[in-house]
Amino acid sequence: MKTKRGAISKDLPKLRSAQIQLLERLCNAISVSGGEGEVREIILEQVKPYADEIKIDALGNVLVTRKGIVRRGDTRRLRVMLAAHMDEVGFMIVNDEGEGIFRFGVVGGIDSRQLPGHAVKVGTDHIPAVIGAKPVHLVEDSDLKHVFPIDDLRIDAGPGNGKGGKIKVGDWATFAIPFKRIGPSLRAKALDDRVGVASLIELVKHAPANIDLLAAFTVQEEVGLRGAGVAAYAFDPDMAIVLDCTPANDLPDWHGEENIHYNTHLGAGPAIYIADHATLSDPRLVRFFIETAEVQGIPYQLRQPGGGSTDAGAIHRQRTGIPSISISVPTRYPHTAASIARFSDWQNTFSLVYTSLSQLTFDVLVGER
Amino acid sequence: MKELMPFLKEMVSIAGLSGYETPIRQLVEETWRPLTDELHVSRLGSLHGLQKGEAPKGSGSCHSIAFATHMDAIGLMVTGVVEGFLRVTEVGGLDPRVLLGQPVVVHGRENLLGVVVQPPANLLPNMGPDTTVSVEHLLVDTGLLPNQVSRLVHTGDLVSYAQEPLELGDDYLAGHTLDNRVSIAALTYCLELLRKNRHAWDVWAVATVQEEETMAGALTSTYDLRPKIAVAVDVTFAKGPGVSDYRAFSLGKGITLGWGPNIHPTLHKMVKELADKLEIPCHLDPLPHRSGTDAYGMQIVAEGVPTVVIGIPLRYMHTPVEMVAIKDIQRAGRLMAEFAMQLEPEFVVELTEK
Amino acid sequence: MKSLIQKLVEIPGPSGYEMQIRAAVQVEIEPFVSEVKIDPLGNLIAHKGAASRGLKIMVAAHMDEIGIMVTHVDENGFIRFTNIGGVYLRTCIGGRVRFLNGTVGVIGIERTDNRSEVPPVEKMFIDIGAAHRKDCPVRVGDVAAFDRPFLDMGDRLVAKAMDDRIGVVVLIETLRQLKKTPHQLYFVFSAQEEVGTRGAITAAYALEPDLGLAVDVTSTGDTPKGVKMDVSLGKGPAIKVRDTGMLSDPRVVDWMVRITQKAHIPYQYEVLESGSTDARSIQIARAGVPSGCLSVPCRYIHTPSEMVDYSDVQNAVRLLLELLSGEDKPF
Repeated sequence: MKTKRGAISKDLPKLRSAQIQLLERLCNAISVSGGEGEVREIILEQVKPYADEIKIDALGNVLVTRKGIVRRGDTRRLRVMLAAHMDEVGFMIVNDEGEGIFRFGVVGGIDSRQLPGHAVKVGTDHIPAVIGAKPVHLVEDSDLKHVFPIDDLRIDAGPGNGKGGKIKVGDWATFAIPFKRIGPSLRAKALDDRVGVASLIELVKHAPANIDLLAAFTVQEEVGLRGAGVAAYAFDPDMAIVLDCTPANDLPDWHGEENIHYNTHLGAGPAIYIADHATLSDPRLVRFFIETAEVQGIPYQLRQPGGGSTDAGAIHRQRTGIPSISISVPTRYPHTAASIARFSDWQNTFSLVYTSLSQLTFDVLVGER
Repeated sequence: MKELMPFLKEMVSIAGLSGYETPIRQLVEETWRPLTDELHVSRLGSLHGLQKGEAPKGSGSCHSIAFATHMDAIGLMVTGVVEGFLRVTEVGGLDPRVLLGQPVVVHGRENLLGVVVQPPANLLPNMGPDTTVSVEHLLVDTGLLPNQVSRLVHTGDLVSYAQEPLELGDDYLAGHTLDNRVSIAALTYCLELLRKNRHAWDVWAVATVQEEETMAGALTSTYDLRPKIAVAVDVTFAKGPGVSDYRAFSLGKGITLGWGPNIHPTLHKMVKELADKLEIPCHLDPLPHRSGTDAYGMQIVAEGVPTVVIGIPLRYMHTPVEMVAIKDIQRAGRLMAEFAMQLEPEFVVELTEK
Repeated sequence: MKSLIQKLVEIPGPSGYEMQIRAAVQVEIEPFVSEVKIDPLGNLIAHKGAASRGLKIMVAAHMDEIGIMVTHVDENGFIRFTNIGGVYLRTCIGGRVRFLNGTVGVIGIERTDNRSEVPPVEKMFIDIGAAHRKDCPVRVGDVAAFDRPFLDMGDRLVAKAMDDRIGVVVLIETLRQLKKTPHQLYFVFSAQEEVGTRGAITAAYALEPDLGLAVDVTSTGDTPKGVKMDVSLGKGPAIKVRDTGMLSDPRVVDWMVRITQKAHIPYQYEVLESGSTDARSIQIARAGVPSGCLSVPCRYIHTPSEMVDYSDVQNAVRLLLELLSGEDKPF
């Protein structure tokens, strides 16, 4: 499968301040698994002028179609599904204990050590609150070695938000750190997967004409890849590409030795998945993306095979099987209050996906898996 | 109208472990036959009963709403016969600490009475007076001689609880398998109410199989019936000794409505408003992750189905002495019927952002 | 049949990378089937039998085996890896692996102060004899299977990947010997079973069978102070009642017992408390597929020396032939 150089780069859309501002809006929104409304509204506003079809399904996935143009000789276009998940990890208020103190449940995989001492925001009005922690003066030395038991932690909105106030059981909450551009980096909560969502919005706006672009902005990825499967079933595509984030564990080793469990490196470009816990990427697609990156001179890396999962886990098992792959932006500290990604990795991920889409033909799936 | 207390007692006296639901299905089939227009059994043994809605003029078909109540029970399965004693494993999830001394029925070539026993410590590895025994160390003693047992029981045979149901006054019942036979009772009550009233939508009453093990029934019945709305009716935790936090609700003081990713927010709001209007006490059950009910399976079938979870509080869940308030069963049944009745023919479930 | 078993177990084919074993199976079955297809997940699906007075039956045995995938090649040419499927790390130490491109390597471990504990996979590495990263013919993402030659002990056969190449052989032999059938049969040599019975999901969805039957291995309880299980080597194929992923349809279990008894084939009831098979995915396809599993008892599953009894294998073939060619149906 040969890829062409040169002709594509002129048309390649660039990510500039408008896209960064959109990413800021997306990252600052609250959309925890099961309550993705705020991000969904931003997406709808952005894609409505461009979409041929928009549907919101039973779970709240936003399914957007942009039809391509049939070329001479083809009876139909290649149907390519792209997925980015709208939801983030966060919290749900589960009990009102009065005087502004609320018990909360953790939604998605958050290390409980990341919780105490943080600012959070609650509900559609983004009401500010905190997850407090016992003052160190009052902590026994022996307890310093132990994790704060999660059952002891509470969200505190201040006594003014007591019973009958604005916060209700069932409201969702997230960390409150605001999006910020810092030099070459982007710092925010929920870069996972607002970066993917932002990329997918751009792809919808600049959809290549050679394919039918089936964009799924999915729900509930963080609680078991729940939205992606039904979206894939509805689209019934020829293949799927998932745009997500993956950890960059590329920090220094304590002993000064080579870090061999980095997963990905920040600054090394889009991370192509060969295997994670939920999906063995279709080897034909892996080869295609690697070749495209090499021919086009786009930096890329192979995400270390192993744990983790993306929407591809649910997508590839739908119907009679859908060849799938994930391409992620490396991100340090996902699922914490403040994650960090490089702007260049985001741009290169977008470039790789856009370029690859423009060159996709039915030939990519010829031959056995 | 069927009397709930005797109906419940009849239901929990019939076996129907996950994967082997035929006996309970036959009883439910008989009960639903006069209440439905069509009744059939799915490929995996779930029961599907249809009460047809009134199709709007000009169109041939109605939307359908499915109420799912799982009919399978938890129990044990024989893994080996050793010197006349039976080794067992769990079917569904249970706490082995409540098994000691329990009367059971062994469903071999004949039904045999047995008791679950804990061997003396000296016959077990690493046991002290304070350690608990896992299921693999427990045995079932049928009181029969080894050669009798070998003839009548083999690996794979089922063992169910034999605890008789106990009426605790007029209003409360204790027994095993109230999870989830109470919901079948509620659904039956709902069908009786619906029979006397008009409804625009088709109503599917689905007694699913294997909820306690694989959700195979929820997944496959939903694929088969493709309802536009799916309601899972199951038990939820009732407050009681040792269970008092936000996850539990007072017994007899009303039913619950789940809230979280497994529940469609628009449907939740509709059901809640209806419950308030009907003065049916209905509490919000926060479910940040999965609901632990058939709704978890139903929601992601095919293109997805909007789901709702109605909970009937139950004390001591998954023990042989579960306890329920009859009033809560009636509340659930009534809410289900009223909800089905108020569905407009052209109603489409949509997300309405706040 | 022994030479076919040897041929197939020695081919490397970890989950997701079944190409070589699939090609070998295809060669074996092509003379006996009317149609062969490969689906998007890599399943090999063969069709036999056009009669319609019976059922549409899907019979599945998985081609893939557990293995490893490269996660990093260090500057000295040592390879770090992760597992594909349920690999017991204690079987890795001193073990050998064979990559798809033929490269062979040895598994070593970092120094440990506690010799009696099994080190985590992060402390293991593969040595293929390279001195530098640039000399290493293996890259991140490459896969390998464990490497151990087939051993014929007479009654007992030992190899890696008996799980489930022995099931694959049972299907091939059945295909060879099947003369007539009232059913429409689909023999599925499935992919990606060891990572979650994934291939069976899509194959069952595509075929929409009336009945599903997996052919896989199951554990035994007949080794010293082993797991307490009522299955032994040499006592016949096992009829699965349940495992951790599913409960076999009682009608299918009764049918299998009935046929076995009629044909005077020895059999055992199986309740497996650790592990599952393709049958669990087949059972929940679409509107449901009543399913069961015919198991070949096997000792030391997921080690490089899995052991089966040859008479059990032969009886499994006999049983499968009886099930598929007779007029007696489960429903």
